[in-house]
Amino acid sequence: MPLAISGASSQRPSSRGLVIAVAGLLALSIGVQVVRDRGWQPYQPATPLLWFQSGNLLKRVSLGFQNVVADTYWIRAVVYYGGKRRLPGTERDFRLLDPLLTFVTTLDPRFKVAYRFGAIFLTEAYPDGPGRPDLAIALLQRGLAANPTAWEYAHDIGFVNYWWLQDYKAAAHWFEKGGQLLGAPSWLAPLAATTLAQGGDRQSSRLLWSQLGNTDIEWIQRNAQHRLKQLDAMDVVDELNRAAQRFTSREGRPPRNWRDLVVGERLRGIPLDSTGEPFEIDPATGRVDVSRRSALWPLPWPQREVRP
Amino acid sequence: MRTIWIVAGAAFKESVRDRVPYTMVMFAVLMIAASFLISQLTAGQDLKIIKDLGLAAMAIFGLVIAIFIGIGLVAKEVERKSVFGLLTKPVTRAQFILGKYLGLLTTLAVNLSVMTVAYYLVLVYMDVTATVTMRAGWAAPALDPRQVVAIVLIMGELALVTAVALLFSTFSSPLLSALLTLGLWVAGHFNADLRQFEQVVDQPAVAWIARTLYYVLPNLAPFNVRAEVVYGVPVTASHVGFTLLYAAVYIAALLAAAVAIFRRRDFK
Repeated sequence: MPLAISGASSQRPSSRGLVIAVAGLLALSIGVQVVRDRGWQPYQPATPLLWFQSGNLLKRVSLGFQNVVADTYWIRAVVYYGGKRRLPGTERDFRLLDPLLTFVTTLDPRFKVAYRFGAIFLTEAYPDGPGRPDLAIALLQRGLAANPTAWEYAHDIGFVNYWWLQDYKAAAHWFEKGGQLLGAPSWLAPLAATTLAQGGDRQSSRLLWSQLGNTDIEWIQRNAQHRLKQLDAMDVVDELNRAAQRFTSREGRPPRNWRDLVVGERLRGIPLDSTGEPFEIDPATGRVDVSRRSALWPLPWPQREVRP
Repeated sequence: MRTIWIVAGAAFKESVRDRVPYTMVMFAVLMIAASFLISQLTAGQDLKIIKDLGLAAMAIFGLVIAIFIGIGLVAKEVERKSVFGLLTKPVTRAQFILGKYLGLLTTLAVNLSVMTVAYYLVLVYMDVTATVTMRAGWAAPALDPRQVVAIVLIMGELALVTAVALLFSTFSSPLLSALLTLGLWVAGHFNADLRQFEQVVDQPAVAWIARTLYYVLPNLAPFNVRAEVVYGVPVTASHVGFTLLYAAVYIAALLAAAVAIFRRRDFK
């Protein structure tokens, strides 16, 4: 009997078995992968490297798709920074952050967030960041050169000088420069005068952090809120140190513990910071500071108190 | 003209049979997936990145269709020998070439239109769900109509690339045609460098050759205004007009060359 090969669909062999086999093999491949991953870590070079060393070269080889390549590098920079921050403090190495940000901004010179948030990433003190305000300023200056009307970059350079370098003259210069640019907010130019006159006062710092935190980016908001809480804590620390000073003048010795200060200065109890952690008193000197256990520790550089 | 449209209709139907519309589905999936995933990684640049990605995907999907369908337009007919039957009918070789070209152009236009609708739907979603603070950080509105300018110029570039692919398809094998078209596309994006070659080399002859190549090779860089529209930077009407006029003239030249080659071709 000849073999009948027919095109009629009713006589086609059932593919149910094959479908089940495909599903089964796919499930098996997942299982094999899970087992393999238990004993295998993908290769990570000891020294992380960038395949491209020049942003301009990368721009050329991206063949008109430089914005998408810039986006990819921006995502890589964000993931790199976030990933490093998750590591234990001693293993944090941010050396690729600046080259990645340089790539992004060379590929897409209008990428505002890469300049602004990139500068924030770069300035964060180690171990939360590389602690490189100089690189942040260089990045922002490149941004200003590429976008001469972007007052935000001048503001941010002023901010880096103000907060991280405490160079109030330079900060005032950049606030003033930013204030002269088209579309700059009305508060920026007066901030230059305040900075020059009262450099480092907490009111200006509050204003700057409030402006910076006015974003929909959760991380930036959290960071700004943290700084604002630290500024509040610094006010309380000043108040408590004044009380400790009064105690010392009266008793001829510094307060040794909270009991001394609470009784002597009629405080309502042991003061707590905004995270709920009690402030600490140094028994030797009677100086008050936030607790090392507090999320607010260490407080930023000692700013001058608000003038009455 | 009617004959050209009949050939064009057949070429369009063939591309549908070749499952080209699947690219539209892939595009839509890519856009939707991107809109949900990217916001987790981009530190507040979702809209810019979705615009970049959407416009780039349109250009890339379109390029793939233009090259891989374009190179087979004529070569496949010759390979399958169906061209013999076609040319015995009252269809001139010029009508055949122009019909094939218009057919693929229709495919590309339909693809790009559907991708544009999918792109704008994702942007509508972004616009509706955005907070006031998010909007304040946008360089240009989500539904900025100027983005259409970039899409029109993408279509112009694809029309030119299709004509290049078709030209190669008239005398070369599909693989070689694909490589040549891709090569010209790459050269077309490096073209601006040829113009400035005289600033890099001292030899006037080399500079002259580079300048000649600049004018002869297709210049595709002006078709790319994606960065401008994403940032809301105005693209002048004269730039768009001249770029499209350049495309029209260059395409006419390529099609004329394709017809000339195809006319002389012996199918014995």
